[in-house]
Amino acid sequence: MDAMVRELSYAQAIQEAMALAMEADERVFLMGEDIGVYGGAFQVTGDLVERFGAERVMDTPISELGGAGVAVGAAMTGMRPVFEFQFSDFATLAMEQIVNQAAKMRFMLGGEVSVPLVMRFPAGSGTGAAAQHSQSLEAWLGHVPGLKVIQPATPHDAKGMLLAAIEDPDPVMIFEHKLLYKMKGPVPEGHYTVPIGKAEIRREGRDLTIVATSIMVHKALEAAETLEAEGIDVEVVDLRTIRPMDKATIIESVKKTSRLLCVYEAVKTLGIGAEVSAMIAESEAFDYLDAPVVRLGGAETPIPYNPELEKATVPQVPDIIAAARGLVQGTR
Amino acid sequence: MAAPKRAQPEAAVRANLPFIYREYSPEQLRQVLHKMYLIRRFEEGAEECYMRGLIHGTMHLSIGQEASAMGICMPLAEHDQITSTHRGHGHCIAKGAEVKKMFAEFFGKTTGYCKGRGGSMHIADVAKGNLGANGIVAGGIPIAVGAALSAKRMKTGKVVVSFFGDGANNEGAFHEALNMASVWKLPVIFVCENNGYGMSTSTERSTAVKNIAERAAAYSMPGVIVNGNIFSEVAEASHRAVERARAGEGPTLIESKTYRHRGHSKSDRNRYRTKEEIEDWMSNRDPITLFENELQEFGIIDREGVEAIREAVAREIAEGIQFAKDSPSPDVRDVENYVYTEPA
Repeated sequence: MDAMVRELSYAQAIQEAMALAMEADERVFLMGEDIGVYGGAFQVTGDLVERFGAERVMDTPISELGGAGVAVGAAMTGMRPVFEFQFSDFATLAMEQIVNQAAKMRFMLGGEVSVPLVMRFPAGSGTGAAAQHSQSLEAWLGHVPGLKVIQPATPHDAKGMLLAAIEDPDPVMIFEHKLLYKMKGPVPEGHYTVPIGKAEIRREGRDLTIVATSIMVHKALEAAETLEAEGIDVEVVDLRTIRPMDKATIIESVKKTSRLLCVYEAVKTLGIGAEVSAMIAESEAFDYLDAPVVRLGGAETPIPYNPELEKATVPQVPDIIAAARGLVQGTR
Repeated sequence: MAAPKRAQPEAAVRANLPFIYREYSPEQLRQVLHKMYLIRRFEEGAEECYMRGLIHGTMHLSIGQEASAMGICMPLAEHDQITSTHRGHGHCIAKGAEVKKMFAEFFGKTTGYCKGRGGSMHIADVAKGNLGANGIVAGGIPIAVGAALSAKRMKTGKVVVSFFGDGANNEGAFHEALNMASVWKLPVIFVCENNGYGMSTSTERSTAVKNIAERAAAYSMPGVIVNGNIFSEVAEASHRAVERARAGEGPTLIESKTYRHRGHSKSDRNRYRTKEEIEDWMSNRDPITLFENELQEFGIIDREGVEAIREAVAREIAEGIQFAKDSPSPDVRDVENYVYTEPA
């Protein structure tokens, strides 16, 4: 690895992006519950309050709806708020402001305003936090025109995509898997952006395309190692952005491999996998398919507390390996 | 020993005058009457266009509430901002909008304030500080708090007014927004236009307190009740609240008690209130009649002056409707415009 590139955790990478943005632009400020001296429920804001003060690292009351509305109003009038939800599940309390106001304001007003707002959502299961603190609701927001919805999977992308989000003139929703916060990876120093709306091919392969999101990218890469030993050459596409979706990258990959497996943690039905597979069915890549598309998503249940049950509700590496084998076997 | 100095007779009379006559010039007050007529005739014109099938969708008329919109906006500077409601035509005009662009919006034309994308329920005039009407009850209240946060942080000196109705005071957003505004001492004024009914449900049946202004105590801010049909009362309360906000002392809740002459929206059969009640408000408490009579009593305007205002307003309305009719409709191919900020 390049000696010049340090390793940071995903949480540190996000914190560094926020610090850089605040240093560069006085309009940028953070708001959320317990993000000040507490440092955020997942220590993502950490000690930023000491550097930037309580006005720019602003604790809010436990008022998700009102807080989201304050962020929308501030964004409409010249500020650039970065609003942290303590858990993505609490977006349910703020859906009015996110869906009816933030997403539609520019449109309803005929382009007379912009809403340069970033909302950060710690998401996903695996922490034993049970049904109301473990959901993956990104497809809910991905369904709303006017929002951009991203799911960075690496520390590098977390920093670069957050900086891109803060500089974006429109509302950007970032879903951060809680189990990724401690994951380390190379993160360049200083300012850089990773474009919103561009997928990334994490591993090239000939036999099968896995389109994965967030933490599932890492599980898919792990599965791909095992599958390689079996002679199955997997291409892993990290979707990174679910709205707007990078259709071209997925279509090109499927045209190359002729097989598609979608892997995501959110509940399987009516989700990202449905969108990706339908998009392929509508595209020229459909004629290239050698097997039916397979979706691997979360079970049709709330996230349970018991750790074994919890694991069983979301795709794991052996599930991905089994699905990939099933797809490839008998179709070569 | 020198005799005690006597106040000048004129100054003494002046001190006893209602607030607006001390604060504003006769010309300014005639302008207020003009604008109240403009609001009334705009809504009557919009209603007529709707009946004739020229405007589709629905609309919520504020006829009967003109003094409230005008009184609150009176001390606001052009750069001050408001958030408004589904019953927001009066607020928009009071904050300085041109009726022709409002008609054009109602007609769905590209020359409208929202280029035909918003209609009545999202009418806005950002250049004049109107951040928009809102189709969601209480939706604009936290947004106003956010705008006030911007004003404080960016030190613009702006104040923000959030208009909402009695229905909104039972939404959670009301509670969250007023609490945050008070905790952070933001330059925002919460104006509850209590017209007695949230759609069909009276405040007696929906609201645990008799006066919504009483709720201000829960947020440690002043709660002021005014007769929303008396321009001077509303304007005076707004002045005090604006001064307080500009001085950095934080928010005020003003409850402006008023009445809508028309139904909630165009589908309303008025089954929840009596004809007598509506008739009483229209005949005895109409804000324009009250203000016009008072201006005449004070010798600020005469019959001819009133007639001149009515004629000027009628012309403006007719020209506005004609402008809307003559304006181009959006191109259907542009249907996805304004969803995202277009790349430069």
